[in-house]
Amino acid sequence: MIGCGRVGSAVAKGLANEDWDITVIDENEDALLRLGPGWKGGFVVGHGMDVRVLEAAGVGDVDAAIVSTDGDNTNLVIGQVLQKRYGIGTVIARVLDPARAEFYAQRGLQTVCPTQTAISVLLETARAATAQPARAT
Amino acid sequence: MYIIVAGGGKVGSNVTRSLLEMGHEVTLIEQRPDRFARLEEEFGPVVMRGDATEISVLERAGIARPPELLLAVTGDDEDNLVISQIGKEGYGVAKAIARVNDPRNQTHFDLLGITQTICSTTSILGLVEHEVPEHGLVRLLELQKEGLEIVEVQIEKSSPAAGSRVGGLSLPGGSRIISVFRHGRTELAEPGTVMRPGDQVLAIVSNDSAPELRKALLGSRP
Repeated sequence: MIGCGRVGSAVAKGLANEDWDITVIDENEDALLRLGPGWKGGFVVGHGMDVRVLEAAGVGDVDAAIVSTDGDNTNLVIGQVLQKRYGIGTVIARVLDPARAEFYAQRGLQTVCPTQTAISVLLETARAATAQPARAT
Repeated sequence: MYIIVAGGGKVGSNVTRSLLEMGHEVTLIEQRPDRFARLEEEFGPVVMRGDATEISVLERAGIARPPELLLAVTGDDEDNLVISQIGKEGYGVAKAIARVNDPRNQTHFDLLGITQTICSTTSILGLVEHEVPEHGLVRLLELQKEGLEIVEVQIEKSSPAAGSRVGGLSLPGGSRIISVFRHGRTELAEPGTVMRPGDQVLAIVSNDSAPELRKALLGSRP
């Protein structure tokens, strides 16, 4: 798990509860606090662009990687490095910009775009409201 | 020639000025409002405000024409990589040159197909190495696509190559001696050319064989 903000830490904790063996990478040591006092997984302080940090986290031997730092371009580059340099089969990068998420998804990098999810949900909600007016008169 | 310059810091702004003087058509993209304002005073409508890693911003700058040249010279390596990839892979830009700010990120550019890069730290280090003869082998030029480099070696009294003919050396595979420079004159290397202490020898060598070449010419030194 690269990037331990609100999203990264929650996903790490969720998977750890399901007995996944998780190592978290974050630039900021304080990010460890987000994982709670009972965190039993790994934690490496450093930048995910740094291959020494990735290798210290055991990147050569993982089943899946999630890249969720606060920078879209950082996530896109790290995601591709994990795919192409380390041959990790399942790599997901979080990208807030829908256009970039789509561009890289078309090129074989799995992306998740919270902005696009919000757009879709809001559109669906609005459409459902017009189809069924809340108050009939 | 139409050129898009992404990033209006010291590199981007000076490159833009020179390109305009050379008569090229340029669009310079800068995100920061303070920088943009200063650049706009000098360059007028050549400067566009926006995040050059956003596809819509690149499209407004004319990435779909496409430009003959895209220069990704922001202070952020991830941004430069993404800008170059969008230009090359998304819009068929033939030539993208990316600035590498942190030389440790060079491998990422190589891995992701952005082969034309410029890194000032690496360039300065190269110059320093050139000035330090003790270093033994100086990399003068790296031909990334070909996997070759042109190197310079100074022959010393203790070197095994001193007094040997070029044809008589056992060099690693994938390497050739190009020339010998002595007393201000260059001689192209022939099998019969003899190397003497003080000679500066140019060689072409495949990337992984450089240490072996150094050993063949200079011996194993610390």
